[in-house]
Amino acid sequence: MDLDFTEEHRAVRGMVREYAKDRIAPNAEQWDADHHFPTEVVREMGELGLFGITADEEWGGAGADFTSLCIAIEEIARVDQSMAITLEAGVGLGINPIHEFGSDAQKAEWLPDLVAGRALAGFGLTEPGAGSDAGATATKAVLDGDEWVINGSKAFITNSGTEMTSLVTITARTGPDEISTILVPAGTDGFIVEPAYRKMGWRASDTHGLTFDDARVPKANLLGEQGKGFHQFLSTLDDGRVAIAAMAVGVLQSCLDESVEYANDRYAFGRPIGSNQAIAFKCADIEVMTHAARLLTYKAAWLKDMGRPFKQEAAIAKLYATESAVTATRDATQIFGGAGFMDETLVARHYRDAKVLEIGEGTSEIQRLVISRGLGLPLR
Amino acid sequence: MNIAVCVKQIPDPATPYDLDDDNHWVVRPNDQVLDDTDRVGVEVGLQLAEATEGTVTLVSMSPSGSLQGIRQALAMGADKAVIIDDDTLKGSDALTTARILSAAIDREEFDVVVAGGESTDGYTGVVPQMMSEMLDVPCLSFARKVDVDDGIVTIERQTASGYEVVTSKLPALLAVTAGIVEPRYPTFKGIMQAKSKPVETLTASDLGVEPDVGQRVTEVADVASREAGDIVEDDGEAYLKIVELLEQTKVI
Repeated sequence: MDLDFTEEHRAVRGMVREYAKDRIAPNAEQWDADHHFPTEVVREMGELGLFGITADEEWGGAGADFTSLCIAIEEIARVDQSMAITLEAGVGLGINPIHEFGSDAQKAEWLPDLVAGRALAGFGLTEPGAGSDAGATATKAVLDGDEWVINGSKAFITNSGTEMTSLVTITARTGPDEISTILVPAGTDGFIVEPAYRKMGWRASDTHGLTFDDARVPKANLLGEQGKGFHQFLSTLDDGRVAIAAMAVGVLQSCLDESVEYANDRYAFGRPIGSNQAIAFKCADIEVMTHAARLLTYKAAWLKDMGRPFKQEAAIAKLYATESAVTATRDATQIFGGAGFMDETLVARHYRDAKVLEIGEGTSEIQRLVISRGLGLPLR
Repeated sequence: MNIAVCVKQIPDPATPYDLDDDNHWVVRPNDQVLDDTDRVGVEVGLQLAEATEGTVTLVSMSPSGSLQGIRQALAMGADKAVIIDDDTLKGSDALTTARILSAAIDREEFDVVVAGGESTDGYTGVVPQMMSEMLDVPCLSFARKVDVDDGIVTIERQTASGYEVVTSKLPALLAVTAGIVEPRYPTFKGIMQAKSKPVETLTASDLGVEPDVGQRVTEVADVASREAGDIVEDDGEAYLKIVELLEQTKVI
């Protein structure tokens, strides 16, 4: 048994940590306040190769393991969840569906820029009336000669409206009981990117509703097999869950570091507040959660890298790490007292940002459903 | 152009380290990091190599350990490394260090040798000058800007009051200052490639250098703790008192 990260893993962690500390951390508060998506920083992350960690070398990627990507996401999440989700979604939802199911022509057209971080792609699954219940998808695509004509709307789509966004991959109904996946290039007539949402957290991450009003794309933009859209989507879900768990690990580590430092430095009644068990034990609990979440997350990532089944482990890691992150951000905010309620305090931003970790890529309830089914329970 | 860059692996400055009881040498952990000042030297070397389609060879004298620090420089883009790892060199002074590094560099033709100004763990700041003497090339020190054109290197040498422009024919040795360039971050691909880049390990006898540590540390004492500063109460004219104090200490 070997629980050590490899030398490369440690080097990646060191590189991303330093970059995040120098280039992301000093600006994250301002981006959050301004709801600003920092295009230039995302491009820099691209130049460092972060969007291409797992992609094949043929498309400009490094062909490295999924664990390396999780490490990069964790390190960025320590200072800014908005940039971490930009990377996570850019790879997991933007690149992976095309990398996995695209034709050679589709790959050649879209992947080089996406993998190099010169462009971003979104994935449009969620709709005002359909989320995890993907079967309720109402967006329709109808063949008219050599073109798909798309009508409908999508909700909460990450990376869908940046100036770097080159396309959005969407699910659409292509028959009575048939959902397919179609590539819609940015700028397509009738593809309308709605104004950015006003969000409680992840404010520097780009999120829009999308409207399709007789949007026409070539027939060849079908991704993978017609009617397999739902199936294709499901097969990439587990990766995303582990990646979100890695984000939660970064948040936990940050809450731990910030809380311990503050508990040592902040004095009340003539002694550090960390000399009170009420504070010290909160720190101890965050330490335990951080260790446990990290082990669960990298166990799941390791299983994927070994080519072994990891559905159950992905759901367990996602559920535990994200719920722990929400608990830890609340506790860390409490440790900081009044200062913890100020925008300038990192844990305050983490507190607002963390909540959606329990929602995106399958809610906690969905994870419990998956885990229960994994136990063989007769859930519907 | 063949560029040699002198680099050093040092214990991570963020982690406290020990001195051994017998010799007062730094106990070097298996995982050491690239000295921050050397990242600047590596960046200068890489920029020169990129401008001239040259190669960058790292030269380092230290216990190899996990080679973590060397790999950091390889991940930035250096092509290969020569490392002199020899127990008999433990505790070497600057002169011996310069002899070893020069001998390692002199085995192959080189156009430019780049060194940081001084290491962050030893701070002697004289190794580059000694090496230039041994390699019989000019030393262009305190370089804050470097240009190479048609076999001529031109630098701006930082001085106390400004800078001097210094030119030299190649080959030459450059000792660079910290602010000269912004060291690049290694890329993800660079990290993956670093492991398969050649690292040659040598001993002093491979280089024909008689190991002579050259110095003995007889005693190590703690630095006296700083005394509390003077507090100037502001009665409306405290600035005058502060100016006077600064003048007394020759800060202004």
